[in-house]
Amino acid sequence: MAKEYGEVQLFGVGGSPYARRVRIALEMKGVQYTYFEEDLRNKSDLLLKYNPVHKKVPVLVHNGKPLAESLVILEYIDDTWGNHPILPQQPYDRALAQFWSRFIDDKCLPAITKAAFTANKEERDNSAEESLEALQFLENELKHKFFGGETIGLVDIAAGFIAFWLPAIEEAVGLKLLSCEKFPKLHKWGQEFTNHPVVKENLPPRDKLVGFFKARYASITASK
Amino acid sequence: MADEVVLLDFDLSMFCIRVKIALAEKGIKFEDKEEDLVNTKSALLLQTNPVHKKVPVLIHNGKPICESLIIVEYIDEFWKDNAPLLPTDPYQRAQARFWADFVDNKVHEVAKKIWTGKVEEHEAEKKELIENLKQLEEVLGDKPYFGGDTFGFLDVALIPFYKWFSTYEKVGKLKLDCPKLIDWANRCLERESVSTFLSDENDVYEFVLSHRKRIGVD
Repeated sequence: MAKEYGEVQLFGVGGSPYARRVRIALEMKGVQYTYFEEDLRNKSDLLLKYNPVHKKVPVLVHNGKPLAESLVILEYIDDTWGNHPILPQQPYDRALAQFWSRFIDDKCLPAITKAAFTANKEERDNSAEESLEALQFLENELKHKFFGGETIGLVDIAAGFIAFWLPAIEEAVGLKLLSCEKFPKLHKWGQEFTNHPVVKENLPPRDKLVGFFKARYASITASK
Repeated sequence: MADEVVLLDFDLSMFCIRVKIALAEKGIKFEDKEEDLVNTKSALLLQTNPVHKKVPVLIHNGKPICESLIIVEYIDEFWKDNAPLLPTDPYQRAQARFWADFVDNKVHEVAKKIWTGKVEEHEAEKKELIENLKQLEEVLGDKPYFGGDTFGFLDVALIPFYKWFSTYEKVGKLKLDCPKLIDWANRCLERESVSTFLSDENDVYEFVLSHRKRIGVD
């Protein structure tokens, strides 16, 4: 078993949605790996060696060869281990999956983060508007149980932030974006996703996450 | 039945040029629809790219694909028997994708801050741009192309920016230091796909100057 997969190491941080994406993908495919928890205030020499460009987690190292950027890593995992595919086979469907996962990273997550963690109220409100627009696109795109169809795929894994981190942020800062009235399909999807057997085992403790976001919010609003 | 391939295009867009180069490398005929981005976006653009409302959009037999790197990958996969752009090895593919993202986020986005802003407020970005292009030189190494012996995905991703280098220097009042990239670019320009579609650097400069006037930074 171990020989088939080679040596796989993952550098991450417990609370990072990006690192969790990679763990979900590896575990869905049954890939054995060694996990290294990083302290981002004191990054390890190995992390800096393996990701000198961005110095961030997650970093996957497969047989000594490092890879960074979670979406790039997810596609690599799918290219390398063919069981439980997370990307569709057909080129057009693959392009759509890549499009939506990038949309989540380039538009959704930054808007949500700004809507919660910006000192200036007007900027927060504008970002909240942007977040709602972004969530509406995803709501419209959801046509089955998961974005990937009947099983979770690349877009579901990328959207994990919305299913678990966003509700924690909402609780921590008193924001409401993902309401089930406005986004019934996305809301239901969030519950299905977080209850998926592999995902369930790969989420950080919620109370710790809320605490982390509360502290972040406090530091931003205190510096006003 | 012949494939119907339409590209919603903007002549000076580096992102559109990527797509045109990829189509040309594969010998795919396409209908080129130029958008007037300065004034109004066409109904077709808004309908096919409602999320970003941007070019390029490739419409293949009526189905739209957006985002230049995603479009280039799609072209590579759909017309896979001809002139492969992405490597077959998963690790090499991942590296090509990683560095293509780097071009978008660490070259384009950084440079854009300079050429759309007050130059004196962007000393940090100027330094970063110079360093990031040097970083790409290291990635190229001694290879003729980023793809190795053959012109590939990362070459397509970066080459359209080559004609922006002199504008970065003039507008940004900076000096790039990437002679290896210049050699690489000239090698790429020997390819018909590249020489046909790469912008004229004076056109780029004029575009940036009028853009700066329009947004009020000059």
